[in-house]
Amino acid sequence: MITGFAAIYIFILAAFVGYEVISRVPVILHTPLMSCSNFVHGIVVVGAMIALGSATTTPERIVGFLAVLLGAANAVGGYAVTERMLDMFKSSGDQKKSAAAKGGGDA
Amino acid sequence: MRNDLIQIAYVAAAVLFILGLKSMSSPRTARRGIIWAGVGMAVAVVITFATPEMRNFVWMTVALVIGGAIAYVAARRVAMTDMPQMVAIYNGMGGGAAALIAAVEFMKPGTMPTSFAILGIIGALIGSVSFSGSMIAFAKLQGIIKKSFLFPGQNVINLLVLAAAVVLAVIVALQHTGNMGGSEGLTLVAFYVVALLYGVLMTLPIGGADMPVVISLYNALTGLAVGFEGYVLGNGALIIAGIVVGAAGTLLTQLMAKAMNRSIANVLFAGFGATAGQELAGVEGTMKESTPDDAAVTLAFAQKVIIVPGYGMAVAQAQHKVWELAKLLTDRGIQVKFAIHPVAGRMPGHMNVLLAEAGVPYDMIYDLDEINGEFPTADAAIVIGANDVVNPAAREKGSPIYGMPILDVDKAQQAFVIKRGRGAGFAGIENALFYADNTRMVYGDAQDVAGKLIAGVKKV
Repeated sequence: MITGFAAIYIFILAAFVGYEVISRVPVILHTPLMSCSNFVHGIVVVGAMIALGSATTTPERIVGFLAVLLGAANAVGGYAVTERMLDMFKSSGDQKKSAAAKGGGDA
Repeated sequence: MRNDLIQIAYVAAAVLFILGLKSMSSPRTARRGIIWAGVGMAVAVVITFATPEMRNFVWMTVALVIGGAIAYVAARRVAMTDMPQMVAIYNGMGGGAAALIAAVEFMKPGTMPTSFAILGIIGALIGSVSFSGSMIAFAKLQGIIKKSFLFPGQNVINLLVLAAAVVLAVIVALQHTGNMGGSEGLTLVAFYVVALLYGVLMTLPIGGADMPVVISLYNALTGLAVGFEGYVLGNGALIIAGIVVGAAGTLLTQLMAKAMNRSIANVLFAGFGATAGQELAGVEGTMKESTPDDAAVTLAFAQKVIIVPGYGMAVAQAQHKVWELAKLLTDRGIQVKFAIHPVAGRMPGHMNVLLAEAGVPYDMIYDLDEINGEFPTADAAIVIGANDVVNPAAREKGSPIYGMPILDVDKAQQAFVIKRGRGAGFAGIENALFYADNTRMVYGDAQDVAGKLIAGVKKV
């Protein structure tokens, strides 16, 4: 268990990290960034698994089951949409490369 | 030993998440970033199965498979234009999961330390609001809910509902014994009902234009809720990932609100995004029309052309034609740049995604600060499906959009505005650009007009 001042330290340091990590992101990446941070809080699925893993009654299991279901959807969906978006970001150089790789095709 | 290994895996996951988010600061490394974060998630989920004294593996696996499969299929199928509501719904699910974790913990027999009960119930409150709020945001963006619900005294009623949720939360946290049979169970249920209700009431009055800010806010709130549940479960990965997202999401929400010239408080309590039809007096002159052929001639003999795409372009599915036009002009030796307003599209950065989908390389795309100085040197600017973000009225005091940063299209030698009809923009404000002497209106469907422009340029 993480308690007392250690808990507060973690909270504050993590908050600073979150603030710093994002402060230099260009506008063009705001949508993928929101999507990526949406994916990262999909870690809630792990918490849901832990909660369900110690459930002993049927109502607890049902609620825990729903938590894992929602958490898994958050994580998997968040990953898939973010990856799809980032896949499309190409520079002019990348386009020429992929065109050359296709033998000067219609890329 | 086993516990240590599990903890090390969680730490590794947290580090990978932070590195992943860090890689989002450049388009070159962003793809790598999401993969790192994905690896972190996979490691954390797999190691969790090894937790000592775990039960209910069948339930767990079934839930993971069903939830993951549905989300995966939906995510692969969704159109890029519908990305904002997709983010909203996945985010809401995360919030819902956090709220349900708290429910399981409160339902378990026996007590927990009061500090954990308080953190747990705060997480449950935030998670519930994020869940129901995100679902309403999804329904609005998807067009399931079309109206904005505004009534007198709304803010007071919302405040009372929130107060009720907080009171119930305090009772749940302080009275917690884990015995769900009697009044304690009822209080817990009542708490969730009221908390969910608050999320609905809070989101209903907010108009479509402000929705990105709201989604971003709920994203931050879900992160916070996840972090709080992490404390309850004693799980470092949840705490760090949740709080990092909470802080990052808060900053992102501020950046978005700033780009839209709105304060977060304004978005949440004013309902401006919902009102329409404000008239701006004093727009003078007439709109001057031009045919696509005439416009094409001007473009073909230009040296520098700036294209300003708005969400209307994406609605008309014109981005592929527009990119074709840009390539055609580039081949003639014309310098072509795309200018993107921070709120173009349905959320900040959305237009970049839509252009990327059409194949436009990101180094041809410029944001407001980079491009605004270049409009006076551009021979022509083409506005496609954008309106309020190019309205010079934003520079005039007294205008409802005064102070909103705009693209200085009116400073280009010649501006062409491709527009379906004569109506006002999303904010319902007349656009002074359309009446300017150097502006020509090209009416028609964006895809159609772009096709005609291509044909016109080829003829020259």
